Amino acid sequence: MPLSMVRPGQRVRIEEIRGGRGLIGKLASMGFYPGVEIRVVSNRPGPLIVSRDGVKLGLGYGMAHRILVYPVS
Amino acid sequence: MDVQKKIKKTMIALAGNPNSGKTTVFNSMTGGRQHVGNWPGVTVEKKEGKFTQNTHEITVVDLPGIYSLTAYSIDERIARDFLLREKPDAVVVVVDASNLERNLYLVTQLLELGSNVVLDLNMMDVVRNKGLEIDTSKLSAVLGIPVIETVAHQGEGIEKLKETIVEISGEKADSFRIDYDQDIESEIEAVQNAVTLPGYPSRWVAIKLLEGDAEILERVADSNAESVVLESQAKLERHLGYDLETAFVERRYAFLSGLVKESTRKRLGLAERLDMSDRIDRILVNRYLGIPIFLAMMWLVFQLVFTLGAPLADGIDSFIGWFGEAVSSGIEGVKGPKWLSSLLSDGIIGGVGSVLVFLPNIMLLFLAIAILEASGYMARAAFVMDRFMHALGLHGKSFIPMLLGFGCNIPGIMATRTLESEKDRILTILVNPLMSCSARLPIYVLFAGAFFSKSQGLVIFSLYLMGIVLAVVVARIFKSIFFKGEVAPLIMELPPYRLPTIKGVFIHMWERSSLFLRKAGSIIFLGVVLIWFLASLPLGAEYASEQSLIGKLGSLFTPLLEPAGFGFWQAGVALLFGILAKEVVVGTLGTLYGVEEAGLTSVIQAHFTALSAYAFMVMALVYIPCIAAIATIKRETGWKWTGLAVGYSLVLGWFLAVLIYQMGVLFMALR
Repeated sequence: MPLSMVRPGQRVRIEEIRGGRGLIGKLASMGFYPGVEIRVVSNRPGPLIVSRDGVKLGLGYGMAHRILVYPVS
Repeated sequence: MDVQKKIKKTMIALAGNPNSGKTTVFNSMTGGRQHVGNWPGVTVEKKEGKFTQNTHEITVVDLPGIYSLTAYSIDERIARDFLLREKPDAVVVVVDASNLERNLYLVTQLLELGSNVVLDLNMMDVVRNKGLEIDTSKLSAVLGIPVIETVAHQGEGIEKLKETIVEISGEKADSFRIDYDQDIESEIEAVQNAVTLPGYPSRWVAIKLLEGDAEILERVADSNAESVVLESQAKLERHLGYDLETAFVERRYAFLSGLVKESTRKRLGLAERLDMSDRIDRILVNRYLGIPIFLAMMWLVFQLVFTLGAPLADGIDSFIGWFGEAVSSGIEGVKGPKWLSSLLSDGIIGGVGSVLVFLPNIMLLFLAIAILEASGYMARAAFVMDRFMHALGLHGKSFIPMLLGFGCNIPGIMATRTLESEKDRILTILVNPLMSCSARLPIYVLFAGAFFSKSQGLVIFSLYLMGIVLAVVVARIFKSIFFKGEVAPLIMELPPYRLPTIKGVFIHMWERSSLFLRKAGSIIFLGVVLIWFLASLPLGAEYASEQSLIGKLGSLFTPLLEPAGFGFWQAGVALLFGILAKEVVVGTLGTLYGVEEAGLTSVIQAHFTALSAYAFMVMALVYIPCIAAIATIKRETGWKWTGLAVGYSLVLGWFLAVLIYQMGVLFMALR
């Protein structure tokens, strides 16, 4: 499912980033790439906040829509 | 002989992610003054420091904070170009050791480039508190580079770092390579054989080309090379079944996560937990509370700026008045020429002084912004404002430059350097002057006080609001003409909440305020002298009278200003002077009508009506960026966009002033 649909507090693993050119690299350079486990801190309408080991990223809704994730228990 | 000892000169670069403590390392290495900040724009110019170690003189260049060597923003391009072209003797990479894997990504990029790297594991105190152990000798062995632990804000490990730099600088780096699997490796080799780019390591060039780095491809400029690259890319994507960029990223991180796993040990089982910072985030960016909290913060900031700033500004104002008087009577006392006393007191002291009056307000605003930035709130504010900024066809990251614009447009324009998309950057710059900077406030205070004394606050507020609304409209129009396409996606790091340090906050405030001061010292100084000549010539004409050159120039514009309700030469001259700096408008009106600022209210009541006063204020808000802002726009974007910024604001300002006046006359029977 797209990251944009994940509820706050939930942990998910990134499956695929369907970014345009450069986005995958940009996210990767900040530590977010397929395979890592992240947590959604806040998801209100509009941009959302995700966290990985304490590093927080603000992501636009459109961006979050193109990141596919699956839940981890 | 000691003096004969040869001093070896070395240049090294300091690189690292934003928020890795790089600036603190720089400060404690060189004793240089620079601040620790979260918001980009920190390293606006190339910062250099020096230290000497035995017989070595080391120049340290502080690069902007970057995540990788793929040039996504101007900051990253600056860093990358510096490393590629200047080839420093060594590169110290400062990493946040408590976040090793992510930070090492940049390290591997530098190693692939063939840089001579020293790894500085900074923030070791945080690592120890977290109960982590890092095996530095293992890191050092695998990466083939020296690794030093530091706690920069306590100075721990800095001496060791300096020694290591001296030891290895100038040495050739060990060759380092990440193995990208057979498929990719064979294509790297194919591209390597087909493409050469003098001065760059061929393997690095091949990897960048396969990753789709547009800038490198442009630099290669060889159609044959391009087709080889495209062919290899297509072949690989077919093999892998997914895109190449992901493939490179995954292989790099496979290497890194293995390395981190082998070289770190957690002593305590600290699971990532819902901590304090998350709770604060939930409140600050809450869908209902986020915007009210933001507005309350802004209200507090502006209260601070204006209540504390006003008495300070008055103090500076009276000092400048006294100083001008003292200089002119001093010159008359020694029978100096009259023109000299006029040039000094009317021209230079009066002109530059009227700009300096705003220094307290500007410094206080930048102080407040520095506190908001250092605490981590500013990034959240940008985040909360993301939706609003979409109305401008921009996203949350453009918000900080806009906010800075309310203090002074120059730092606002310079702060756009962190935006990844060139379109976003230029668009943000173009509309920045519509944010009503503090220099425009005295014009509103004078006119609103004279004509709308009962609702002065409301009238002034309406002008600020109009600026914002116009920015939305203008941005949308420009977006649809020049910058078609989707809004660049928002990706921004939200730094951890921290207690701001007094030193850090003050240094940051000073850096931005000094941009404003430098403009008072250079551009405005020259402009003031030029205008003084125009106001004094031809010989015999009274200073700034209708017969002076500037008076004649002002008269030229009267027919144009007539439909806006202020078609007299004084208004024309005041607006001309205002191009120097908007606050000069008030002082000019004072000079032209031959009254002190206190008597100005009654004079303008005689010349303006409430309607034409409002039209004049709107004109003053929009009509043109000041000279210093124009110069900054030129430096950041080139002549073409500067021409557009000047052109659209002149036309729009005039059009709105005329529209408001004519509507008032026609529909409300006002004059």
